[in-house]
Amino acid sequence: MREYETVIGLEVHAELKTESKIFCACTTEFGGEPNTHVCPVCLGMPGALPVLNKKVVEYAIKAALALNCEIASICRFDRKNYFYPDLPKAYQISQQDFPIAAGGYLMINTPDGEKKIGINRLHMEEDAGKLVHAGDDIARADYSLVDFNRSTVPLVEIVSEPHLRSPGEARAYLDHLKAILEYTEVSDCKMQEGSLRCDANISVMPKGSKEFGVKTELKNMNSFRALQRALEYEVERQIGLLKEGKEVLHETRTWNEQKGITEVLRSKEEAEGYRFFPDPDLMPLVIDEQWVEAVKTTIPELPADKKERLMKDYDLPEYDAGVITSSKSLAKFYDSCVGLYDDPKEISNWLMGELLRLLNTNNIEIEDSPITAENLVELLKLQDEGVISGSIAKKVFEEMFETGTDPETIVEKKGLKQISDVGELGQIVNGVMEKNPQSVEDYRGGKERALKFLVGQVMKETRGKANPQLVNELFLKKL
Amino acid sequence: MDVSKLTITETRALLADRKINAQELINAFLSYIRKTDGDTKAFINVTEEQALMRAKKIDDAVKSGKNLGPLSGVPMGVKDNICTKDIKTTCASKMLDNFLPPYDATVVERLHDAGAITLGKLNMDEFAMGSSTENSYYFKTKNPWDGGRVPGGSSGGSAAAVASGQVVYSLGSDTGGSIRQPAAFCGVVGLKPSYGRVSRWGLVAFAPSMDQVGPITKNVRDCALVLNNIAGHDSLDTTSMDCEVPDYERALVDDIKGLRVGIPEEFFGKGTDPAVIDRVERAIGILEEQGAICEKTTLPNSKYALPVYYVIATCEASSGLARFDGVRFGCRSEAEDLVSMYKSTRAEGFGPEVKFRILLGTYLLGPENYDKYYTKALKVRTLIRDDFERAFKKYDILVSPTTPTTAFKFGERMSNPAAMRQSDLLTIPANMAGIPAITVPCGLVEGMPVGMQIMGRPFGEKTLLRAAYTYECHRGCDYMTPTTGGGLGEGV
Repeated sequence: MREYETVIGLEVHAELKTESKIFCACTTEFGGEPNTHVCPVCLGMPGALPVLNKKVVEYAIKAALALNCEIASICRFDRKNYFYPDLPKAYQISQQDFPIAAGGYLMINTPDGEKKIGINRLHMEEDAGKLVHAGDDIARADYSLVDFNRSTVPLVEIVSEPHLRSPGEARAYLDHLKAILEYTEVSDCKMQEGSLRCDANISVMPKGSKEFGVKTELKNMNSFRALQRALEYEVERQIGLLKEGKEVLHETRTWNEQKGITEVLRSKEEAEGYRFFPDPDLMPLVIDEQWVEAVKTTIPELPADKKERLMKDYDLPEYDAGVITSSKSLAKFYDSCVGLYDDPKEISNWLMGELLRLLNTNNIEIEDSPITAENLVELLKLQDEGVISGSIAKKVFEEMFETGTDPETIVEKKGLKQISDVGELGQIVNGVMEKNPQSVEDYRGGKERALKFLVGQVMKETRGKANPQLVNELFLKKL
Repeated sequence: MDVSKLTITETRALLADRKINAQELINAFLSYIRKTDGDTKAFINVTEEQALMRAKKIDDAVKSGKNLGPLSGVPMGVKDNICTKDIKTTCASKMLDNFLPPYDATVVERLHDAGAITLGKLNMDEFAMGSSTENSYYFKTKNPWDGGRVPGGSSGGSAAAVASGQVVYSLGSDTGGSIRQPAAFCGVVGLKPSYGRVSRWGLVAFAPSMDQVGPITKNVRDCALVLNNIAGHDSLDTTSMDCEVPDYERALVDDIKGLRVGIPEEFFGKGTDPAVIDRVERAIGILEEQGAICEKTTLPNSKYALPVYYVIATCEASSGLARFDGVRFGCRSEAEDLVSMYKSTRAEGFGPEVKFRILLGTYLLGPENYDKYYTKALKVRTLIRDDFERAFKKYDILVSPTTPTTAFKFGERMSNPAAMRQSDLLTIPANMAGIPAITVPCGLVEGMPVGMQIMGRPFGEKTLLRAAYTYECHRGCDYMTPTTGGGLGEGV
């Protein structure tokens, strides 16, 4: 059986979260009534001219430095010409021949250890508007409306080298890239809102081959999961074709989330020439070393450094540190908790376990978590002080998540305090022993497991409120 | 009152001395336009109502003793590719027949702030593409000197309106000679400022790396006065230079002793009418009499300027004019689907010359042509610029004819595009190099005006104006108009 190797490169578009657009003073705010965040420039009116937003350049430099790129001392804007109703000037101002930055890398974790993924280039460009189709889809719509609010919102495009060798690596790359853009605060990176978008180039080749196979370009993957699924599907599809002795066609394919397949969007032969040429409305951009140095000082601790630090300062396992630092907000949440309560590993367990589980099932971002760092720490303290048991703590946690109430109030209101009174517990233990003579016999006869059952019965009777350690001790005494 | 011969200075004096108020003045101009424009056809749109409203405001301000701007009450005309708020800006194209810009071009805003009154929008070649104003979607404009001849182009309406006295001055735009060529054909003064001297915000682009707005006036002093009010950095145009704007009126000194004048022989070649050369040489003689040191020189790469210009300008235009797609403004042809809508809108909205240039530019930017033409053209452009730089190390100004011939007859060159383009031969190099250039009337050939072109260093408008002014002082007449027969006669 022939083995195949996958080659993947990613093109990531991230919206920069500057207050105003890249070439005019309109707000970049998401949402808003259609066509209210517009002016002659972002509508492409005759006679209107672009003026470069300095903040955008600063953010692009920041992102590029965080991705270990070389910043060009002179870069240029080019026009990418094509007709589409959401593109008001019928050209997009982008950077083709002289991007602001190139030659970077980022590290990813793979089952075989750390791996360096090259970044070919990073460049600035403007976003297009948005079409709203009056129907279920573009094919069946009677008409389409254009909303230009997004037109001319700043983007950086980050193009990786074809160094990724599996959908998992692609996912890891995107995860890390997103974290870096979040940490540097240049982008919100919300895939659902479109502030982070990812296209993939993917090909397969016989293992050990020196020449890449024919690639396809994948579009329309609207979540991290979709990216991985689409790539996995495409790997199978391409290998399937090669095994049948067929050819992979050079084409652009779109991910169909419902069907879970990729479909042809257009063949590359149809692809138009964009007739790039330097935009005469914008002067070449000169970036001196001082500017780069100044931006460098604003770069905060990056995810990889933070991960190291968590492992060193808090003795966290690498896995924990990796999960917590993969998102800036999660890391921030963790920091707040650790500042209030000195049990880093316990906090990490709760974050990665209960909190992430509930957030994911309810599709809530950590920023919008109904449980605050203060409340989580409060809960852990109640548990630690023996006021509530571990199993009750989980129940309280769920209640906190649902209602946003603080744990003390919930414990108080629902009477969930742990029973630690030896007299009270002794009576319950006696009762359980009376009701389960067989188990008592079994234990005395040497079956250790019978004790677990008996403790369980006590917990059941007290609806989890009994202090399990005390119950254990009482049984041992009495048996 | 005959308003047709008024200069800015004279108009200001009339208003300042309260010999006439702004409303009376504007009414006089409007009635003169009504009387003459049925024949001249310089205006696409006369903005009577807005003009009178503005005049009333100025009269009110005078009554309440307010300080008035330097161009207060002086009527002007604006080429119809310069955006005017809530006033149709058509670019003389069917495509924009119904286009109302929601903003003023910076130049218009600045002139209005200085008190100027816009009388209307002036005819031109569609999207500034042409040399005779015959490419207007609307109608042809006549040369006020001879109704059978073109006024030049693309700012033909702007030049004809000034020459016929319908406005005191006007704004034109110049990408390859579109201010200077019609100004020369119509016997008026026209200045293409240095690239970056005047804001392009609100000028509908033809070729943004060369487009500049500039004044067309009756004399050099007026030219300086208008330039004073439109020049300077604009935060809305990053190609406008952020450098000092001198007082150009103060540059108007009748003294060019020791001024070093280069005479580039390529501009006096066999393509140029010997009679035109003769008038320009006589003008150079006057400069010499006034103490200028004149010397022949050479700009060897300027002979490539015309083809290089057509490559760069059409490439830029093919992209810049793509926004006229029928989606957001301008004309839209109904069609079954998106692509057909694009196609029929552009097929119906653009005239033949515009289509030709868009097609050419699109072709030249194609992947197999880009390096062969566009990249190469940029390199030659650098050589042309280097020639000028070298020349300006030795000379303060360069002098040449503005056009190879005087105004030609209607239809004469429409069927001969190569001949049509020849009329921009001598003006294009200045656009390639981004340097300022002015044309001043310097005599007649068979009753038609000839222009002398003076080119200067980047941002050296002061020197240009001083030389032009000195020449004007010693030319023998203040200014030439078709009604006075030029005053200069044939043989000056």
